[in-house]
Amino acid sequence: MIEVAHVTKRYGSTVAVRDLTFTVPPGIVTGFLGPNGAGKSTTMRLILGLDAPDSGTARVAGKLYRDHPAPLHECGALLEARSVHPGRSAYNHLLALAQTHGIGRARVDELIDMVGLAKVARKKAGTFSLGMGQRLGIASALLADPNVVMFDEPVNGLDPEGILWVRHLLRRLASEGRTVFVSSHLMSEMAQTAEHLIVIGRGQLLADMSVDEFVRNASKQSVRVRSPQAARLKELIASPDVTVQAHHQSVLEVVGLSSEQIGEIAAENEVVLHELTPQQASLEEAFMELTREEVEFHADAQALAGEPQEAVT
Amino acid sequence: MSALAAGATPVRRVTQRRVARSEWTKLRSVPSTRWALLITLLLIIGIGILVCVVFESRWPHLSAAERHRFNALDRSIAGVNFAQLAIGVLGVLVITAEYSTGSIRSTFAAVPKRLPVLWAKALVFGVVAFVVTLPALLIVFFVGQAILSGQHINISISHPGVVRALFGAALFLTVMGLFGLGLGAIVRSTAGGIAVLAGLVFVLPPIISLLPSSISNSVDPYLPSNAGGAVWTIHPDPNTLAPWTGFAVFCAYAAVALAVAAVLLVRRDT
Repeated sequence: MIEVAHVTKRYGSTVAVRDLTFTVPPGIVTGFLGPNGAGKSTTMRLILGLDAPDSGTARVAGKLYRDHPAPLHECGALLEARSVHPGRSAYNHLLALAQTHGIGRARVDELIDMVGLAKVARKKAGTFSLGMGQRLGIASALLADPNVVMFDEPVNGLDPEGILWVRHLLRRLASEGRTVFVSSHLMSEMAQTAEHLIVIGRGQLLADMSVDEFVRNASKQSVRVRSPQAARLKELIASPDVTVQAHHQSVLEVVGLSSEQIGEIAAENEVVLHELTPQQASLEEAFMELTREEVEFHADAQALAGEPQEAVT
Repeated sequence: MSALAAGATPVRRVTQRRVARSEWTKLRSVPSTRWALLITLLLIIGIGILVCVVFESRWPHLSAAERHRFNALDRSIAGVNFAQLAIGVLGVLVITAEYSTGSIRSTFAAVPKRLPVLWAKALVFGVVAFVVTLPALLIVFFVGQAILSGQHINISISHPGVVRALFGAALFLTVMGLFGLGLGAIVRSTAGGIAVLAGLVFVLPPIISLLPSSISNSVDPYLPSNAGGAVWTIHPDPNTLAPWTGFAVFCAYAAVALAVAAVLLVRRDT
């Protein structure tokens, strides 16, 4: 269980996180979603006590992280990008972390095998690809068999096989009753693994809900109507609560009425319909809709309309 | 998978002793440690032997004044003057490399109370520095004296103050390394830490010597390298602190640096 309560963090004049409150429960995968620069990494650093909040508290299993006598056993974290000395071998990196908690070499070997780094464990971590670095980070997170795992952008730099492996790993960790908190800037990735979502933008909480609920709430449900009498139908359904966009002479995009309501109005007024389709917004659209105002740096409109680009951070 | 089964790993708390073991693993597992220690050894042994060889061969041609100034112990361990920078730089690196590589995040995630990390680094690095430099000093002393005996200008290990000076030189280099560690932890950048260390050890003394002698004579003995230098010489010039007094002053510099580092380490964001 992770409990973040009214946490605010400033760096100089920049507010990285503003009055953030949420709880991450055990037993499920909770996605931590937000555009780049939204404050996800900062929040994770605050939870681990690497940075101190200006106000508020972040607790892991009921205590501040630093107050746990065996902190790695409580919470294992994959931190942003590189947190490894490039001149040290993966094995020695893990061994040094293990020794702080009296964990033996056998466990280090076990983890190296588990993340698939056995062949390169004695090589300098500086020679690792981004994907291998992520695997090493995951091994260090799981070293002390923690009750809470926190992964910052774990699939960054992984190949498709690695991405699949991480998804299975996250689900398995959650099914074992652990608290699993995973950040991503890609909604599509979260939809594959997370059951619950915490969405932030510019350091503020935007949503704290299940993935299903998120899609229902954040997307505007619209109905696509095709009719040879589109102009007449538009007049019939007009009301202050309803917005109608005419994409084409005969095609309307209606927000504010269900397909049933539109069908009934059309029937009563003998308007011919060629198509009546409820439009479900995609997850990515729902996410972008929610964070539209909150994206720190807008790319050009074209890039926003398409798939968000995998950012190299 | 059994690797992940809850409870597979027994819970053991973080202790100072465990953090020290971890820091030993970290120190011995990066190439920069080996290089810096090797350079320290080469400076101690190489320079000492070179100086002794030159004096032995030039002895018949030296003036009486120069012969009078000659000190067989000081000459044989003259390399300490240069080794102090190498060991100090390694001390800086022990902590700043963690910041420059980002590994400090892993370190502090494992030991979030942080102070045990600083004490462990100081302990492990201090022991390593002493254990490496003392044999080097003994080697260069005996080899150097063997060379100088060609002109019968060598000094015996039983001569008053020689053993103290040899141990003192090893202690001096050890504390110089710890001074570097403290400065590095304060500055958190390799370049900055080395600059501050080199400034205090090599740049400050000549600046002080520019001042009127009434001021420089009273300040000079208390400068870090001069105070610490008192413990590894047997014929000090009159304007020098007593050996262990000087060493205590030098230790105070390192202690202050480490204390300031400790306060900042706990307070600052990583």
